[in-house]
Amino acid sequence: MAAKPKLHYPNGRGRMESVRWVLAAAGVEFDEEFLETKEQLQKLQDGNHLLFQQVPMVEIDGMKLVQTRSILHYIADKHHLFGKDLKERTLIDMYVEGTLDLLELIIMHPFLKPDDQQKEVVNMAQKAIIRYFPVFEKVLRDHGQRFLVGNQLSLADVILLQTILALEEKIPNILSAFPHLQEFTVKISNIPTIKKFLEPGSKKKPPPDDIYVRTVYNIFMP
Amino acid sequence: MAGKPKLHHFNGRGRMESIRWLLAAAGVEFEEGLFETREEFEKLIQGGTLMYEQVPMVEINGMNLVETRAILRYLAAKYDLYGRNLQEQAWIDIYVEGLKDLSDMIMFFPLSLPGEKKMNLEDILERATTRFFPVYEKALRDHGQDFLVGDQLSWADIQLPEVNLMAEEGKPSVLAGFPLLQEFKARIATIPTVCKFLQPGSQRKPPLDEGSIETVMNIFKFERGMFLKNMGTI
Repeated sequence: MAAKPKLHYPNGRGRMESVRWVLAAAGVEFDEEFLETKEQLQKLQDGNHLLFQQVPMVEIDGMKLVQTRSILHYIADKHHLFGKDLKERTLIDMYVEGTLDLLELIIMHPFLKPDDQQKEVVNMAQKAIIRYFPVFEKVLRDHGQRFLVGNQLSLADVILLQTILALEEKIPNILSAFPHLQEFTVKISNIPTIKKFLEPGSKKKPPPDDIYVRTVYNIFMP
Repeated sequence: MAGKPKLHHFNGRGRMESIRWLLAAAGVEFEEGLFETREEFEKLIQGGTLMYEQVPMVEINGMNLVETRAILRYLAAKYDLYGRNLQEQAWIDIYVEGLKDLSDMIMFFPLSLPGEKKMNLEDILERATTRFFPVYEKALRDHGQDFLVGDQLSWADIQLPEVNLMAEEGKPSVLAGFPLLQEFKARIATIPTVCKFLQPGSQRKPPLDEGSIETVMNIFKFERGMFLKNMGTI
């Protein structure tokens, strides 16, 4: 029987959280090895386990995959979360890339100077409400289906839900002008594998706190 | 019969250049709608064809594709430059993502604050020669074939020489310690479609000069010092 995938990353969300979401949505159990010190990172680098000396890294199917998007695509493809043909796949890709641009602001937020953090929350909210949410609201409204593409769960739905929930932690009413996205959030959250991931005790990580930020600085700063 | 793809961007490399390379290498003729002012860009936005109000955008096969990676992946799949199976595709993805990290640093370099230009260039060259180029040199050596992945030309084989050439514009001898990269670059340049793209008069764009930097900054409302602002190693 195939070994479970193994995730290498600090014990927190960062860039690995999307990978945790997709594996969970696909119903794939996985193990995690948490990076806590610079020495551990050094050991991975010296052992040639990290192609570009960086994490995330996921051991899966005999490969040591790096680069977040490569990891997400491989898992999505393998578990039929990437549409049924090139056209659907490309739509999913466009939606995922846009959402990841927005998620990037959330990922970088804890590492900004305290003075800049509040300003950035405003920026995130504006980008979400003006640039990204209207696109997905319209998609859902126009086709009236539960999922963004092809009437089945895809990577696009998972990453959008992840991003919406992360934004709601900082801006609770961010979906107030988007009724279809509100409905989407409820429906996708109730998919059994995702529902399980959203319950306490899952591998979903809590919002970044000072301990996480300090750990990351200790590991990665020269 | 389907019309030629049409690329919408400013008149310079930016994020569209990788797309130009891939189309050219695949032997696909394309048109370009190049804007030069903020007003022209806003007109394009108002036309409603830019999903996130951003470029690059490529009109192709009845779709208005946006997001550079999504566009490149579509083209790679369509023109059989994405490997033969899921594992090869994963490796191509990994190689092009690594190249993108480096090419993004190079792309934003002209926006450096004047006092930081020298330091930023040194950073780029150090990253290139210690983190990225060794990976591709080793990949070519270990794989022992004419291509980075599998046994046929892929998107990664086009992107690598593109980034090597950009790095050489920063420092001509940057490939000095990498004989296989040099040989690979020369060999890919002999592919007829690539060779044609590298000749004067092709749709390949030159690096930004001071004048065009100002134009780009005005169109997109960029600020100097954006370089490396959000490029973490995290």
